[in-house]
Amino acid sequence: MNPPLEFALMSNGTSMAWADVPEWPIPELVLRTGAQLERGARLCAWFGVPEGGAVRVVALIAFDADNTLAVARSEPARGGYPSLTATHPQAHMFEREVWEQHGLEPRGHPWLKPVRRSAGMAPENGDFFRVDGREVHEVAVGPVHAGIIEPGHFRFQCAGEEVLHLEIALGYQHRGIEDAMVGGPRRATMSQVEVISGDATIGHATAYSSALEALAGADVPLRAQWLRAIALELERLANHTGDLGALANDVAFLPTASACGKVRGDFLNLTALICGNRFGRGLVRPGGCRHDLQPDRLSRLGERLGQALSEVEAAAGWLWDASSVRARFEDTGTIFAKQALDLGMVGPAARACGIVRDVRFDHPSGWYRLAQAPVAVWPGGDVFARTRVRSLELQRSGQFLREQLGAPVEGEIRQDVGPLRPDTLAVSMVEGWRGEICHVALTGADGGFRRYKIVDPSFHNWIGLALALRGEAISDFPICNKSMSLSYCGFDL
Amino acid sequence: MYALNTIIHRLRRGCETMDYPKGEAPPLPDRHGGALRLDAAKCPDGCRECLPVCPTEAIAQTGERGTTLDLGRCLFCAECVKACPHGAIVQTGDHRMAVRRREDLLLGSPGNEEVRLAEALDGKLRKLFGRSLRLRQVSAGGDGADEADLNVLGTIGWDIGRFGIQFVASPRHADGLVVTGPVTRNMELALRKTWEAMPEPKIVIAVGAAAISGAPFIGSPEVKGGVGSILPVDLFIPGWPPHPLTILDGLLRLLSRLEEKAPTGPTHGPG
Repeated sequence: MNPPLEFALMSNGTSMAWADVPEWPIPELVLRTGAQLERGARLCAWFGVPEGGAVRVVALIAFDADNTLAVARSEPARGGYPSLTATHPQAHMFEREVWEQHGLEPRGHPWLKPVRRSAGMAPENGDFFRVDGREVHEVAVGPVHAGIIEPGHFRFQCAGEEVLHLEIALGYQHRGIEDAMVGGPRRATMSQVEVISGDATIGHATAYSSALEALAGADVPLRAQWLRAIALELERLANHTGDLGALANDVAFLPTASACGKVRGDFLNLTALICGNRFGRGLVRPGGCRHDLQPDRLSRLGERLGQALSEVEAAAGWLWDASSVRARFEDTGTIFAKQALDLGMVGPAARACGIVRDVRFDHPSGWYRLAQAPVAVWPGGDVFARTRVRSLELQRSGQFLREQLGAPVEGEIRQDVGPLRPDTLAVSMVEGWRGEICHVALTGADGGFRRYKIVDPSFHNWIGLALALRGEAISDFPICNKSMSLSYCGFDL
Repeated sequence: MYALNTIIHRLRRGCETMDYPKGEAPPLPDRHGGALRLDAAKCPDGCRECLPVCPTEAIAQTGERGTTLDLGRCLFCAECVKACPHGAIVQTGDHRMAVRRREDLLLGSPGNEEVRLAEALDGKLRKLFGRSLRLRQVSAGGDGADEADLNVLGTIGWDIGRFGIQFVASPRHADGLVVTGPVTRNMELALRKTWEAMPEPKIVIAVGAAAISGAPFIGSPEVKGGVGSILPVDLFIPGWPPHPLTILDGLLRLLSRLEEKAPTGPTHGPG
């Protein structure tokens, strides 16, 4: 039998038999993936599946304009292969990861070094890129930072105030989540998924639940899908509001910073109104949701939402009216659209480069097949554009929520999920508040997880922050960082 | 005009800081349920209904101690409350659950049905820190939410500055270390260095289930199983993440800044 010539097509939230995923020798997988990326596809995941003493590489790509995903895999491989990154930089972190996890070397990778591997009591950072010269100095920041935030290491190469190069070394938060999934799902698995990135609990929990539902061939009650969408948009509102406040704080514009700090809490409390937990823990489960939104609770949620939305609208208004704020945001930390495309960036950071890229729109699943908010896009790629996109998304998610809360769908909120089909691959994507959350689950012969791949949007986007800093003053790092607002633990897994 | 408008907006909003602890504590979300209470005397012999539903195996049964619930591992999902046919495990609705000793989170035996709330620091430390406590926070595998709800304490609604508590940038300026996360292997060095850089006397506060016990990552070779495994902990604040009110209560309790009142929270079902 001749090998199939093309990738197998899929859509978000579906599964297919592992045996039906086309397979090629790994150099051919690299070439074919590269050819699809040339055609405008985007790399969503690239990961290894151990088999015997060798490893198969799986490529998941998205054709956003066609609302289609496509998947292929390599034959079992050992040793090395010609790197995809050499021609298509968006594979850079994926190939480092496969090399670290499975020892498969992408030959010709321009910057092959560990991603999160431990050197005992700290990550094995490897050597940092260095700029030499008499006027050049190096600034090392982290892993422990000045504020109450997660740890990561930033290594700046500076000429005076100007940043020539920034290298970001992560891995400090590595908890071993993917390894813990193998052989699962186990009792603690759902809880671990909820804290892949703990401020995106609903996003990751929904991605995981949808993957399991696809593997089991289970339908989710419509009301549960409605509820998940409401919780996901509340998560977006809370985090965007928090970041708007943090950005205002970093340019010393305190009225908006103070107001947003409070309103963020109001949004978190709305999630807690639904499920008791401010971060949505315990709400989303395979098969549906654990808590319902009864009519009286629904009307309370609607009222408090309206109040919080008008407060954040006012606070954003003060920010946009202030010329001192605009002067700090405009032309700061610019990422060019071409860079964002080449690096496969996702979420608000990509949309702030004028790129229409949003899972809710491109690959809708669950409730988003039935209801949509307009994609918020802004050109420019600077801190201003990223803040502007957040601000627009606050309005649009707010409007979306008002509409959905006004039109509840009746029915059950949870249904049993049967056993997972053996030897099956499922793909699930959710537009979390940071961007595309992608989960790929593969079951073994016993129906347990043989491999579970998690791609947090931050995995695509950290390199964008490094590029945003090129040629900037090092003192602008905080606002560039806040404007991206990436997850350390979501990256470190 | 613009500046004036901003100031007027601000004035109109008035003071937004809560009355607590002078006034009543704001209520927890009704579905939160608060702390748990386990009365193991109500557990009939051989009943194991609650054991398999706990995601972190916080509930154990041993011959000598009977049924125990470790609130340091608890993720507050209340599945055990639903599963218990005998009403042995209930939610108290109480936000207060910070303790000074790890074993004070172990519930079940007679007299130990609920957490044994934290006592204040002893004389010398209370004198030093009671009106001015500077904290350095380190996230060691924290999931971002623990950190977020610590940050919340600095916002206008909570304003922990009014108690003389402040988060500082340098360990050299800190009296206490606040740790979130299960302590990943990869953060052990940074956490130890931060601790060593702090001047004596100093305290450690573990915030959240992960920092207390490593949950839900207990058993992962990449985590240490909570901050207690490498540093001496003075205050444990349970939660997933702890509600800001629970954190504030713990801090104020430690500093003896609370006038004790009976809990006012109602008892809720699992909801």
